[in-house]
Amino acid sequence: MTRIDPHCWIGGYPWRHLPSTDADALRAALERERFDGAWVGHLPSAWHRDPSPGNVELYRQLLPHRGVLAPSPTIRPDWPHWGDELARALDEGAQAVRAYPTLVGMGPDHPAWLELGAATAESGLVLVLTQRFEDLRQRHPLDAAGDLTPAHVRALARGTLAHVIVGSPSRAMVEEVHFGLTASERARVWFDTAWLWGPPDDELAHLLRTVGAERFVEGSGWPLRLPEQLRAARDLLPSDVADPAFARPTALVQAVRERRR
Amino acid sequence: MSSVPLAGPEPLIDVHAHFHWAGTGRADWQHINARRLEAGDRIGIRVHVASILGTWGHRSPTYFASRADVRDGNDAMFALAAADATRVRAYVHVNPNDEAHAHAEVRRGIAAGAIGIKVAAARRCDDPLLDPIAVLAAEHHLPILHHLWQHRTRHWPGQDISDAADYARLAARHPHATFIAAHIGGGGDWQHSLAAVRDVPNICFDLSGSGVDRGMLERCVEMLGAERLLWAADLTLDTGLAKLRALETMRLAPADMAAIRWRNAVRIFPRGAFGALTHGAAA
Repeated sequence: MTRIDPHCWIGGYPWRHLPSTDADALRAALERERFDGAWVGHLPSAWHRDPSPGNVELYRQLLPHRGVLAPSPTIRPDWPHWGDELARALDEGAQAVRAYPTLVGMGPDHPAWLELGAATAESGLVLVLTQRFEDLRQRHPLDAAGDLTPAHVRALARGTLAHVIVGSPSRAMVEEVHFGLTASERARVWFDTAWLWGPPDDELAHLLRTVGAERFVEGSGWPLRLPEQLRAARDLLPSDVADPAFARPTALVQAVRERRR
Repeated sequence: MSSVPLAGPEPLIDVHAHFHWAGTGRADWQHINARRLEAGDRIGIRVHVASILGTWGHRSPTYFASRADVRDGNDAMFALAAADATRVRAYVHVNPNDEAHAHAEVRRGIAAGAIGIKVAAARRCDDPLLDPIAVLAAEHHLPILHHLWQHRTRHWPGQDISDAADYARLAARHPHATFIAAHIGGGGDWQHSLAAVRDVPNICFDLSGSGVDRGMLERCVEMLGAERLLWAADLTLDTGLAKLRALETMRLAPADMAAIRWRNAVRIFPRGAFGALTHGAAA
């Protein structure tokens, strides 16, 4: 079974130095953690006004790694001609694209937000979001845009047919989205497990029981976070939820493309 | 399930653990305690050095606990340590604002077998109110564990936050006491913390906390050296395990790994605190 990390990036972070952020280092981390591949974003583009040049850089850097690292470019849906970026993503073999609405001041009710959701569904692309990059308590004073909100995700699921992965969610994000949607809406939303705590409070185990393992994928948050965290959390699950059958990102792509047909 | 500990067979001491008790108002407190021990066994933690901060906010605030809550929480912690003398050791918790009570609790804790002092983040930690506690700590070779909110750019509710620069001032006044800065991954500007204590040899850092930032462990080793780092998990045992594995990925020398896993703890806590685990002991 192909194991894909859908929530990782290459490139630097504006608020602190990271030890290594290139595609070779990512591949080493993925191999160590037994991933077969990844959907890779370009981290600096999250903060760029125009993500296009960063996307070009992403395609260039991943070129020698095609087949293992698939580009997952950034789309800013209130930027002129953003549809061209989406088309380019498809041409470049992307399975998923990224968006960071709070970093460009876009609320959940912004028309462009729903346009993006609809467009990704029509294009057969998964939309990968990030709730948070760094612990709230250590953020740089200029890092004041705020986290992705559950309302952003609910708006997409209610208003479009987008297939969405929420990266680095909190327990509250998972619950407020999942239980705030109808059964058919929540069937198009997944969450990664990287930032859901293990024992003794066992947030992850609790959510596997209440929300279901099929709503989760394993995304590392590399290069910001230790990829070892995923395996540690899985190894410490209590016996009743041990060996969870997480969703496979490749199956998500299949689902969104089947729906399109 | 394999009986080999996930973190390997070599000794492992968690110097920053917590337990719950009936007075905390959580119906599942026994389950939470049991899960800590169960997951600890799975990881391979030999000893949990733990504290209970009053009623964890149930009757008085966690970091501003009343005298009664400090006392009751300590009683519960001492009872847990006595009931599981193989795996559990106690810190005695004090609120430094109740000066006489804090000193009395430290003395009561020593008598009950406590091996360290957990000072609540209820006062900026370079305040002179902490000096007599530090004197007692040095006298009895008890390390002080203090929660830091690294680099205070603002105040946050629920505690009187301190940063590593504050801690460095306290440590400089008490060169014969050992101070543990709590959870490098516990939120706050850890880069600032490491820089602030780099030249203060009697401050160690525990590696616990929910933060698993890449680069954090490398920077800890580079700035402080393995001799001033202590493995711990605090509220999230999974992040503790992840950090152990990340240290392995960094290919630290075996002696440095042993120092972080347990030897430094044996060195800074009172002699005999960990039974058969002594500084010179083999794994």
